[in-house]
Amino acid sequence: MIRRMLSVLHARNLEFLRDRGTLLFTLLLPVMLVIGMGFVFGGPPRPLFKVGVLAAHIDSQAQPFLRERYVEFVAMPAQEEALHKLTHQQIDLLVDLRQPPAYWVNTDSPKGYLVEKLLLAAQPSAHRQPVNGAALRYVDWLFPGILGMNMMFSCLFGVGYVVLRYRKSGFLKRLHATPLSAFEFLSAQVLSRLGLILFVTIILYAGIGTIIGFRSAGSLALLVLLAVLGALSMIALGLTVAARFSSEELVGGILNLLTWPMMLLSGIWFSLEGSPRWVQWLAHVLPLTHILDAARAVMLDGAGLAQIVPNLLFLGITTLAFLAFGAWSFRWRID
Amino acid sequence: MLAPEANSADRTVTTAIIEVRDLVKQYPATTAVAGVSFSVPPGICFGLLGPNGAGKTTTVEIMEGILPPTSGEVRFRGEPLGARFREEAGILFQKTALQDFLTVRQCIALFRGLYARGLAVDEVIRLCALDKLAGRDSRKLSGGQQQRLLLAIALVNDPTVLFLDEPTTGLDPQARRNFWELVESIKAQRKTIILTTHYMEEAELLCEEIVILDRGRIVAQGPPRRLLREHFAEVLLELPRHEFPERARQLPLRILEASDRVEITTDDLEATLRTLLAAQVPLTNLRIRPANLEDLFLELTGRELRA
Repeated sequence: MIRRMLSVLHARNLEFLRDRGTLLFTLLLPVMLVIGMGFVFGGPPRPLFKVGVLAAHIDSQAQPFLRERYVEFVAMPAQEEALHKLTHQQIDLLVDLRQPPAYWVNTDSPKGYLVEKLLLAAQPSAHRQPVNGAALRYVDWLFPGILGMNMMFSCLFGVGYVVLRYRKSGFLKRLHATPLSAFEFLSAQVLSRLGLILFVTIILYAGIGTIIGFRSAGSLALLVLLAVLGALSMIALGLTVAARFSSEELVGGILNLLTWPMMLLSGIWFSLEGSPRWVQWLAHVLPLTHILDAARAVMLDGAGLAQIVPNLLFLGITTLAFLAFGAWSFRWRID
Repeated sequence: MLAPEANSADRTVTTAIIEVRDLVKQYPATTAVAGVSFSVPPGICFGLLGPNGAGKTTTVEIMEGILPPTSGEVRFRGEPLGARFREEAGILFQKTALQDFLTVRQCIALFRGLYARGLAVDEVIRLCALDKLAGRDSRKLSGGQQQRLLLAIALVNDPTVLFLDEPTTGLDPQARRNFWELVESIKAQRKTIILTTHYMEEAELLCEEIVILDRGRIVAQGPPRRLLREHFAEVLLELPRHEFPERARQLPLRILEASDRVEITTDDLEATLRTLLAAQVPLTNLRIRPANLEDLFLELTGRELRA
């Protein structure tokens, strides 16, 4: 069994490495992502401070403080949301310049300390209200989402279309005439793609991490374990789609149907906190949600194995379920 | 040894390597195979003949375990098709795509890795005269070379039974003859070969026994020479159809009309020629030849094999 799997695995790897177009695209994509993120989050110097203003819009003529140089003023009508951002140091100060003037400052924020001096020079009578909370850059929060998204696309589309092509060309039918079982074939495909995904994810992690100065608060080994289980679950999900269909359009449609909810609901770009309960419930059916929740817990909060065990279990169980369903529903030939 | 007779049934059960019993394959719009039974003795080349759409490929794919039958069964060495059959069978499909970007040697090695036992990759390469092509991308082979590679893959597990489904369709005459030579060398190793073809010359040359299928049913089965002897004790006279006058169709002769010719079967050549001359049938383009399997099909179905 192992020998047969290795034989298919070896041939699949050779095929992938010699398909220069796909290889180039696979290697180019992470490089482009690295460059793109470097561009977005590097770039020219930005204002030194970011101050939230409790108002629907900002009239810089209204107060001398709003004309300070090197300070970016952002209108924030919702006080609760603004305070949340201040707590996570996504803004350096929050001001309410209506009468009587007041402001909130994060006492853990060095930039908050400095920009408070500027405010008090212009508005000495402003009422001080301290909050606290450690800094969380958006990029730190976004980084796991980018890794997860890349993993999702590579797993679902990479595996799904390869198996579909094999079926359409009749190659699967030929393999069916050998002792190779569906499970062995699918396992070889999973392992081949898993190796590729881990390689690309490591490049992304190291490349983006270097550019944006990111460091994980938790265990790297735990992240690798999460990446393996997450990729396995995604690949297995892709195989369930490719298991029996023979139409590119249909498979493409189903894959899109799977990826878009994950793009929107799994928390790649923004947190789902505050969204309706049914949305959050739906999100937790998606493997990517568990990958990202666990990744952020490890990378941002330094969570250990015990904290992310539920996520790992979900990914492990879905991998087995998807693989079993894929092997059961697998079709070697076009019906 | 086909269609077991009552007094030889037991012997057939014990000696046949493959038995096909009451095979039916029904699709929503058509019946591809409508109750086919035969037995294949070991060590011979067994032919499945018939025109396109006769049910040859469907029958052989059920025999290969690729297609499930609607009813009926196929037995290999007296047992339903299973793991043992897959280890011992070599298959060359009518159309097979291989994995992209692999060389000839790597394609063969991939399939060698799928079997517990078999021949060394180099030995298969040598057997199928692929030595000079071993390092070539499998997509860059000619039709004949591609078929030799597919044959090599079919032989990689040193099969007991080898299925060849229309192996020379689309090949030029030279490539076809080369392929026949390869099959002859495999036959010499006493392997059982199941060959489907619509080339009568191929079947007559290679097969010891044949089954002729038409519209999903067996219309004849037995050794080719015996079948011809049984149906054609006579010779065949061929005349171009457009030169055969309408009035001559009423002559007391056994006349069969094909698309481009008229065939007259007779055991008294002189008398038949006298009759034709008396009816003023032009004999300038007359051909006299022994019957072949194509004639047999025409005789049995009233239709041409290649129609």
